[in-house]
Order: sequence, then structure tokens, then C-alpha cells
Amino acid sequence: MQKQIYLDNAATTAVLPEVLDAMLPYFTEQFGNPSSLYSIGSTAKDAITDARERLAAHINANATEIYFTGSGSEADNWALKATMEAYSDKGRHLVTSAIEHHAILHTAEWLEKNGYEVTYLPVDADGLVSPDDLRAAIRPDTTLVSVMMANNEIGTIQPIFELAAIAHEHGALFHTDAVQVLGHIAIDVALMGIDMLSAAAHKLHGPKGVGFLYIRKGIKTRSFIHGGGQENKRRAGTENVAGIIGMAAALDIAMANLDARAAADLALRDDLIARVLAEVPYSRLNGHRSLRLPNNANFSFEFVEGESLLLALDQLGIIASTGSACASGSLDPSHVLLAIGLPHEIAHGSLRLTVGDETTTDDIDYTIESIKQVLERLRSMSPLYEDFLQGKKPISAVK
Amino acid sequence: MAYSEKVMEHFNNPRNMGELENPSGVGTVGNAQCGDIMRIYLDIDADGFIHDVKFKTFGCAAAVATSSMATELVIGKHITDALKVTNQAVCDALDGLPAVKVHCSLLAEEAIHAALWDYAEREGIVIEGLEPPKHDIHEDDEDEEEY
Repeated sequence: MQKQIYLDNAATTAVLPEVLDAMLPYFTEQFGNPSSLYSIGSTAKDAITDARERLAAHINANATEIYFTGSGSEADNWALKATMEAYSDKGRHLVTSAIEHHAILHTAEWLEKNGYEVTYLPVDADGLVSPDDLRAAIRPDTTLVSVMMANNEIGTIQPIFELAAIAHEHGALFHTDAVQVLGHIAIDVALMGIDMLSAAAHKLHGPKGVGFLYIRKGIKTRSFIHGGGQENKRRAGTENVAGIIGMAAALDIAMANLDARAAADLALRDDLIARVLAEVPYSRLNGHRSLRLPNNANFSFEFVEGESLLLALDQLGIIASTGSACASGSLDPSHVLLAIGLPHEIAHGSLRLTVGDETTTDDIDYTIESIKQVLERLRSMSPLYEDFLQGKKPISAVK
Repeated sequence: MAYSEKVMEHFNNPRNMGELENPSGVGTVGNAQCGDIMRIYLDIDADGFIHDVKFKTFGCAAAVATSSMATELVIGKHITDALKVTNQAVCDALDGLPAVKVHCSLLAEEAIHAALWDYAEREGIVIEGLEPPKHDIHEDDEDEEEY
């Protein structure tokens, strides 16, 4: 069998065996409904309470401030919709960034259609939001600022401390989508000044279908799902008990060796970046060189299209991701790559490689050789490369 | 979205990929904005038969596979028959394309037509039923320069 090198850890990760072991009893023996009074119900309830406390402790929050959801996207939807509504007497203006995940952007667009105003902050060529831009955008009727902690495509880490402080100076709340960060970089909501934070379990070797929204005590929020009394009556529905247990178990493991894992990811990732840029002609790194997630590399390779690159690498056993339009079925390439100023044809040729605990130096060697091999084939096929070689028209001056 | 085996086979082993030194006609369609550019080179003999054809494509697997299949469908044909090779025929020959990729097969048809148009212009002839290319790339396209 051909080897498989999984370099799409930002998309999702495998559930760790220890995490699965922690979850399994809650599907079978301990199947009780946490809302039931008899013993297997209270066993499940106690397990959720314990998981909530452990999760909260990892981000320096209180257990009562953690609200379980079905995903990071749900947490984002909840944070924006319910908060904007709860504070609509004060104002109806939201500030966010141009490079948010679609769970934020599409929710913001929905808010715009429903009587709210939204300002989308631009980013610089590295993907950074400027604190000055936030200062200029914020208004007396701004109730919420939502800027992601780190970008899922290009990995750029935002100046969260500063952005949160500016929001607070102007009487606005600060929400951050930390789906790519939890379990990869330490988060302290109190220290960072975060009022609300979205996270998901499956990016850190937990199960899919479970996440949480941290809502700082004292913040008004509306119920997001009406029904029973779960999650302090804010999010009804019988809890995903096994999922919640799995998320807590995964975060416990991630936090126990956070520094070592981040250092290992960083070493592999930096080697990958340095060698690709040195050895692959007409390549560029997208995102900030140092203010970036330790596992993330995102390249553009000129004269080739990302979906072709992705599928050709897949044939060689390398699993990656691209911001090309062709891979998503839309006509435009990634909004993130366009926001950092890449021309369309360069954005179409992007490749995201996100390393993980399983990645080895041999994998990096093999990946670099495979990229070279695939690029040679695809470029030989590319009319853009042909024109470039004949000096007809520079495709772009980006470098 | 999943590609047929045939699409993947043509993507992995494209037929007639390359350039022709002295082509009778060349057509380039699509644009880098949308992420698809196809170029077709035709070598047409004195009797109007397509003696050789080559392609180059910047684009997704569907774009590469449709280019490859389109060259197979026109090679050896008379230009009047080559003109009848539709995007549907290209699509069918590939055992279908995902709905979002059907525009790629349209591009293949247009690339053939653009190359035939170029041939007709060079020869000073009129090929009945051939429309001027819609998406031909102009060398001095200013939109491409502003980045």
C-alpha cells in the first residue's frame, strides 16, 4: 500500500486512542440522560460537570462560562447573532475582519440583511489586522468586535491583546474564533481580555460535532436554541455527553505537552518553509513569517492551479488543502488570499500544508520531492508557464 | 464532488499535451481570474484534416481532462467535423463531470473553436458555422497588469 502523509491537520485530526477510550463508556454503559435524576443520569451529569471544569481551567475561565455547542461554527453563529441582538438597544454595529472563517463572515452577512451594520477590517500583506484600523472603524454604536485569534488558511496570529483592549476602551465586547488555536497555543481569556471565544474539539484530536462558546460572566446573551434547561437554558438539547468527555480528554492531553508539541511542529514546519522557498522556483509563502500557527505552512506556486496540485499530490499519498476556487466549486479563490493582496492566478495556485504529531522529517523530505515532481509536470502543461518562459507577459510581480 | 475514473486517468496521463512548432492555428481561452486557461495548437493539412493537435492547460483536473479528451476527439477529423465536437461530447466521453465543473468542458470546445478561427484567419478562409472566439486572451489585456 502506498504511504499516506496527512498534512491537513488544520482541516481535522484523528481522535486519539486515549480520547476514544474516555468516550466509549458514555455510548454504552453510561448512556443516561444528564437531565435525569436516577443514577446513570447523574453519572453523565457529573462527567459533564467535570469536563466543563477541566476545559474552563485550560483557558483560565470559570466552568459556568463554558457553553457546549455542536461545532465551532455554531459557537461563532451564537456569539454574533445572540450578542448583537442582546445589545441592540445600545447599537447595531459589528466590526470584524475580511479574513474570518465563513462561520463568521456569512453570519455577518446575515446580520447585514437583518438590520445590522458590519465593518470588515482589511488586513496587510501578511494577514494582520491593524489596531489603528480597528480604532478608526469603531463607533459609539459598535457593540461587538470579532477577530479570529489565528487564521485557518494562512496561520497568521492576530494581535488579540491589543484588539481586545481597543474594543473595551470604546465600550464594545470582544469575541474571537480560536478554533485553530485551542490546544496548539496557550489561551488565557482573562489575561487576553476576551469576552467570548469559539472552539472545536476535532482540531486537537478530539471528536467532530462538539465545540464550545466561552461567554464571560456578566455578558448578556440570548438563548441560541430554545427548549430544555441545558447549558444554563441558553442552548437546549440533550448534551453530546461522549463528545464533551472526548473534548475535555483531548484538551487535557494537548495542554499536558503543549510546548513540546508546538516546538516539534515548528521545527518541521520551518524546515518545510525554508526548503520549499529555497528549492522550488516561483514559490512564495502566504501569511506572516513568524506570527503564525506552529503547524501551518501556506504556499503559492506560480503557473499552476491548486486543485490539480492537490489531486496530483494525493496520488503520491500526500494529503493537503488549497485555496483555489476550483476545489470549492465557486469562481473566486480564497477570500483570505485575495484579502492579503494576491492576484487571482497566484491565489489559485495555493497549497496549505499543516503538520501534526504524526509528521516526521522523512515525511517532509518526501513532500518536498513530491511537490517538485508534481510542479514540474503541471508547469510543463501550463500555458502561463510557457508564456512566462518566452518572456511574453510577467504573470505577477509578487515575490 | 467526485471525478470519474476516466477524468482522473486523463488528468494523470493527458493525451497530446505540449506545443507545436509551426501550428496552422492556435487558440487560447479562459482567464487566470477564473483559474482556467486552455491553449490548443492545430496542425491542419492542405485538405483540411487535423493532422496533429496539442494542448496546454492551466486549471483543475477537469480542465486538464477535458482538454486532453477534446484533442482526442478532434485529431484526424476534418475541420468541419471537428467543429461539431461539442462540450457535451467531451463531457460524455469522460463519463460525465461534476455539475460545478461542466464549464470546463465548455472551455475545451471554445479552445478548439478559437484555434480553428485562428487557422481560418491565417488562411483567409471562412469556416461555415464558426463564430469568433468569445474568451480569447488578448496579449495586451490591461487588467492583467495592475497587480
